[in-house]
Amino acid sequence: MSEYPPLTFNVPAPELRPGDTPDFSGVEIPRAGAVRRPRVDVDPKEIRDLAFTIIRVMSRDGEALGEWAPELTDEDCLEGLRHMMRLRAFDARMLMAQRQGKTSFYMQHLGEEAIACAFQRALQKGDMNFPTYRQAGLLIAQGYPLRTMMCQIYSNAEDPNHGRQLPIMYSSKEHGFFSISGNLATQYPQAVGWAMASAISNDSKIAAGWVGDGSTAESDFHAAIVFASTYKPPVILNIVNNQWAISTFQGIAKGESGTFAARGHGFGIPALRVDGNDYLAVYAVAKWAAERARRNLGPTLVEYVTYRAGGHSTSDDPSAYRPKEEGDAWPLGDPLLRMKGYLIRRGIWSEERHTQAEAEIADEILSAQKEAEEIGTLSSGSGPSARDMFEDVFEEMPPHLIKQRQEAGY
Amino acid sequence: MAKMTMIEAIQSAHDTAMDRDEKVVVYGEDVGFFGGVFRCTAGLQEKYGPTRCFDAPINESGIIGTAIGMAAYGLRPCVEIQFSDYVYPAYDQIVSEAARLRHRCAGDFTCPLVIRMPVGGGIFGGQTHSQSPEAVFTHVCGIKTVMPSNPYDAKGLLAAAINDPDPVIFMEPKRLYNGPFDGHHENPVVPWRDHELGEVPEDYYTLPLGKAEVRRSGEAVTVIAYGTMVYVAEAAVAETGIDAEIIDLRTLLPLDLDTIVESVSKTGRCVIVHEATRTSGYGGELATLVQEECFYHLEAPITRVTGWDTPYPHAQEWDYFPSPERVGRALKKVMEA
Ligand SMILES: Cc1ncc(C[n+]2csc(CCOP(=O)(O)OP(=O)(O)O)c2C)c(N)n1
Ligand SMILES: [Mg+2]
Repeated sequence: MSEYPPLTFNVPAPELRPGDTPDFSGVEIPRAGAVRRPRVDVDPKEIRDLAFTIIRVMSRDGEALGEWAPELTDEDCLEGLRHMMRLRAFDARMLMAQRQGKTSFYMQHLGEEAIACAFQRALQKGDMNFPTYRQAGLLIAQGYPLRTMMCQIYSNAEDPNHGRQLPIMYSSKEHGFFSISGNLATQYPQAVGWAMASAISNDSKIAAGWVGDGSTAESDFHAAIVFASTYKPPVILNIVNNQWAISTFQGIAKGESGTFAARGHGFGIPALRVDGNDYLAVYAVAKWAAERARRNLGPTLVEYVTYRAGGHSTSDDPSAYRPKEEGDAWPLGDPLLRMKGYLIRRGIWSEERHTQAEAEIADEILSAQKEAEEIGTLSSGSGPSARDMFEDVFEEMPPHLIKQRQEAGY
Repeated sequence: MAKMTMIEAIQSAHDTAMDRDEKVVVYGEDVGFFGGVFRCTAGLQEKYGPTRCFDAPINESGIIGTAIGMAAYGLRPCVEIQFSDYVYPAYDQIVSEAARLRHRCAGDFTCPLVIRMPVGGGIFGGQTHSQSPEAVFTHVCGIKTVMPSNPYDAKGLLAAAINDPDPVIFMEPKRLYNGPFDGHHENPVVPWRDHELGEVPEDYYTLPLGKAEVRRSGEAVTVIAYGTMVYVAEAAVAETGIDAEIIDLRTLLPLDLDTIVESVSKTGRCVIVHEATRTSGYGGELATLVQEECFYHLEAPITRVTGWDTPYPHAQEWDYFPSPERVGRALKKVMEA
C-alpha cells in the first residue's frame, strides 16, 4: 500500500463549451500604451515580463498610445486598412466559391487580418516568409494579383503551382513567400535555415517563420528554436495564437500556465507578446524584431494574441466545440473595425469613405474572380494537363517516370 | 592519383567541392571541429572556417529542416546524419519537404541538398548502428538514393550529388570505410591501399548518378548488389566458381535498369543481394522489374539473399549478415533450377 493518494491525470479543458455564456472579464488586458518599448539590443533577460503581457497601441477610443505607437503616414495607414478589407472580402468570395463547388477547400483569416498585413510592412524586398496557410495577408499587402491567388484556389490552367497543391497553398519566391506545406511546423526550421544561409553569405536579408498555437507543440517548433538560439540567425519566429487548433483549445498545446511567447526564454531568445488585432502594435513589434535581425542581433519570438473568428476551414463547424458568442465577446475586438475607428479618429477616414471603399474592393474582387473563372475552376474550364504531373518531380525526368507517363497515356 | 580510404575519398569530395563552390556548406553532429565520428569531414573547418563547416545540435529534424531552408536560399548544403539509424526524426522533413518542394510549387523553390549517412552492419553496432534503410528512401518520389562501394566511386558520386539540383540521400557502407569487406569477418581487413579502387584522383571529378557498374563479367547468372554486398558477392563467386556477372548499382534511384536488363537477358538467371531486411526491401522492386523486363529470358526463379526480417542483432551479427556462404548457396540453387 502506497503512503500517497492515487495519482490523477490532468487533461486541460477550455473554460467554455457550446451553450456556455462567454465571459472574458477575468482576462487581463493591459491598457493601450502601457507596455514599455525596450531598445532592440536589450539583454533578453531584462524583458522577460514582455512575454507575459500584451503590447497594445490602439485604445478603445481609437487613439495610438505609448512608446510602441509607430510612425506611419496617413497613406500607410489607409493602405493598411485597405489590405485588411481586401483580405476579408477575398475570403468571403472564396468561401462562397467553395460552397458553389468551384473548388474543394478554403481557409479564411476572419479576425486575424491585421497580423500578416501589418507584419509584411516591416519586411523588405528579398526577405523571406515561411508562412502557414493563414497568412495570405503577406501576399495581399504586397499587391500580389488576386486573380493569380484565385487561379491557385481553382487549380486552373494558370495556377502557378500547376494544380499540384491544395487551394491556398500559394508560393511566390518573388514576393518572399515560401511554398506552403500541408505538414504543420515543418517551415519553422526551414525559416531558421534560410536565415542561417543569409548570415553565412554575409547577405542583408532576413527571414520570418510562422506557426499556429496548436502547431507549436510539434517537434519542429522546438528544433527551430534550438537552431535559432545556437546560431542566432536573422529570423523572426512568429506564433499566431488564435486560441484554437481546429477543435482543440490552446491549453492542449501549451498547458495551463505560461504563454507561448515565454517558450523563448529557456533559449535566451527575446520574446514579445502583442495584441494581434491591433494593426499598429503588430507593425511596431514586427519592425522591432526586424530591426534586431538586420542589426545581426539574432532571432526574436513573437506571439500574436488573436482569435480565430471563423471555422478552421470549410470542413469545420466550430459550433460543435465552442460557444457561438465567443468570438463577439473576445476582448481584443475586430482588427478591421479597430483600424477603421482609429483612422476616423485620426481624421482621415469616414463611414462614407469606408462604405465606398468596400464597394470598390468588392468590384475589384469580382472582376478578378470573373477573369479567373474564365480560365477555369476545379469543376469547369481548363485545368493543368495530366501530362504535367510528371514534371518537376526532379529537374530532369528520370527514365522510370518517362515510362510511367507514357503508360498513363501522355 | 593517390591511395585513399573511403573516408579520405569522401573527405576529399567535400574538400574539392567546397574549394570550387563557396555555396557548399557542411554540417552535422560532431562534423565541425572534430571532423565527424568517422572523420569524413576532417580538416574542413580548419580550411574553410566555421561558417562553412560546423557542429550542429543533436536534432536530425532540425539539421534537415534548416538545410532545406538553406537550399531554398541558394546554398548547397551537404549534411551528415551520424548513423542512418538516426535519420528517422528527420523523415518528415525529407519526405514531405525536401522531396516535394520542387513539385509542389512547380519549381518556384528547389532543394539541392545532400544528406550523407553511414549505413549497414558488420561492425558489432547492434540494432541502432547497423541498419540499411535505403528502401524507405527509394519509395519516396522526388529524392535520389546513392550507395557507393569504393573510394573512387564515393568521391565522384558525392561530388555529383553535391552538384545535383535535387535532394540526394548518400549512403556510405561503414564496413567499407577502411577496406573492401567480403563477409569473412574472421580474416583481417584488406586495406584500400591494396585495392585498385583505392586509387583516387586528388582533383575534383564527378561520376554520373543513375549509372551502374559491372564489377565482374560473367555468363551464368546475374548478381545485383550494392554497397558491402558487392564484395560478399565477389567472394561467393570466387568460392563457388560460378561464372556470375556482378552488377554494382551505385545509384538505387534513378535506377540503371538498362544495365540490369542487358545482363539478365544474357544470363537468364538473377540473384539479388542486400543487407537490408527482406520484406518490402529494395530487392522486391528489383525482382519485379527483372520479372517485367526479362520474363521470357528467365530460366530460374529470381532469388533474394538479404538480412532477416528481424531487428539487426548484436551477438548474432554473423548469423544475420548475408554471408558469402548464403550467397553461394543461392547461386548454386539458381544454377540447378
Ligand atoms: C503534421 C500535421 N499534423 C496534423 C495536421 C492536421 N491539421 C491541420 S491544421 C491543424 C490545426 C493547426 O492549428 P494551429 O497551429 O493553431 O493553426 P490555426 O489553424 O489555428 O491557424 C491540424 C491538426 C497537419 N496538417 N499536419
Ligand atoms: Mg490556432
